[in-house]
Amino acid sequence: MTPALKIQGLTKTYDNGLQALKGIDLEVSQGDFFALLGPNGAGKSTTIGIICSLVTKSSGTVQVHGVDIDENFPAAKKFLGIVPQEFNFNMFEKVEDILINQAGYYGIPLEVARERTEHYLTKLGIADKRHTPSRMLSGGMKRRLMIARALIHAPKLLILDEPTAGVDIEMRRSMYAFLREINEAGTTIILTTHYLEEAESLCRNIAIINHGELVTNSSIRELVRDLNKESFLLDCADSLPEALAVPGFQVSRVDDHCLEIAIEKGQDLGQAFEVLRQQGITVVSMRNQANRLEQKFMNLLEAPQ
Amino acid sequence: MSLFEQYVAFMTILRKEIKRFLRIWTQTLLPSAITMSLYYLIFGTLIGSRIGEMGGRTYMEFVVPGLIMMAIVTNSYSNVVSSFFGAKFNHSVEELLVSPIPNYVILWGYVAGGVSRGLLVAFIVTLVSLFFTSFHIAHFGVVVAVVILTSVLFALCGFINAVYANTFDDISIVPTFVLTPLTYLGGVFYSLDLLPEFWAKVSQINPLVYVVNAFRYGMLGVSDVSVGFAFAMIGVFLVLAYSYSMHLLRSGTRLRT
Repeated sequence: MTPALKIQGLTKTYDNGLQALKGIDLEVSQGDFFALLGPNGAGKSTTIGIICSLVTKSSGTVQVHGVDIDENFPAAKKFLGIVPQEFNFNMFEKVEDILINQAGYYGIPLEVARERTEHYLTKLGIADKRHTPSRMLSGGMKRRLMIARALIHAPKLLILDEPTAGVDIEMRRSMYAFLREINEAGTTIILTTHYLEEAESLCRNIAIINHGELVTNSSIRELVRDLNKESFLLDCADSLPEALAVPGFQVSRVDDHCLEIAIEKGQDLGQAFEVLRQQGITVVSMRNQANRLEQKFMNLLEAPQ
Repeated sequence: MSLFEQYVAFMTILRKEIKRFLRIWTQTLLPSAITMSLYYLIFGTLIGSRIGEMGGRTYMEFVVPGLIMMAIVTNSYSNVVSSFFGAKFNHSVEELLVSPIPNYVILWGYVAGGVSRGLLVAFIVTLVSLFFTSFHIAHFGVVVAVVILTSVLFALCGFINAVYANTFDDISIVPTFVLTPLTYLGGVFYSLDLLPEFWAKVSQINPLVYVVNAFRYGMLGVSDVSVGFAFAMIGVFLVLAYSYSMHLLRSGTRLRT
């Protein structure tokens, strides 16, 4: 099957000499929910900018659903829906007009555009704001408006650049549910985010970019599988002794009622609980010290290139 | 995109542009009506009555075509420069750039918006002028042609200005320091015959001279320059402005990084 996105040898050097991309190779399958991660300035937004024509590439090739952007960019653009990082709609235009106009830019007749606008405004919970100037919307609503705008021409590939930045938890969850729904309906999604738990819970495959180079590209399951160590925070019922030791485990006292324990691959967490119980320490709750993907992410970024 | 899709995209931009200038009509339509009324009153009625004839017509009759043309020029230009720069400034131009619309449709969409405002203001200003004078149109076809070609030309110039502008100051520099002086010196208020020979020759490099005179010929049947030559000059400026605008869009100058 033709990949939804195929990038080969993509480079970008800006006029000021900054080499933002140093030869990226990437392939995203149709129907995938794909995470594109990297620290600030890694080259994620440049990559997205090239795919959607806002940034001119220096070299390399980009194919969207088999269409080379150098050969037929307009055809490639029809497959693409973009939700950029920054709000980029006219703040004086009404919500409804923004969507209808965007549909028009893709050649969708007014009547069809009106129907789709109604559908997405309802689906994303902003139908009651249809006549509101976009500047009056809350941050979360503006994000949803941008998602609706990106979907108005029914793209096969949706690219979201940090769509949940500044969005509250409740709205974020409803956004996740909506994205899962459209992905299950067949839309390929590429997501960049700084919330790694978001990528872990939504995406199946992942690429990490750092300093304009691809650090890794695999499934999330494979990526976290080779983590050697995972840390947990244990909240205890009583005060912990100053000198705390659990033979066979690396532990440290976080505060009077909390300890951190590192479990290496192959170690039995039950055994640790047993040792603690023998020392009269009752564990009342437990949580991950860090998100697994976050830990892997940091390992990859810190690894010598 | 198919031709029908391109038509839909063009109409979308045009509809958006018309809605925009109608929404802010106190900033887009009203000022020209007020300014031109004052010109008619001061230059046409008060001062004009003491000037006597110019170009074989009363001074009021003489200035009306120039003032209408001045309104067309400034409004066609201002509409595109402020709208396209605004879209650049708030990044909503990206909505167009990421879509499959061909560059020429984007350009014609904005130009048609500028032309629409130019024509609407011309209509308003003409209606206002009827309170001060009456006139017969000498050559209707010339009037229509010159009005459309001029508004297209200055809408294109506004587009070029918008592409290069980085700040809101940049979109007012050209209208203030270039367009207004060229309009005033383009024979709106006087016949070129009044100028010393040297300055009359210098005036011939001013594109507004051809625009104003071609329009005056259409309205009154009098002109300081040959009408055929005036149309040829307008055509040359149009080709240059259109080619350069398309070049800017194709190269992504100041629009893509």
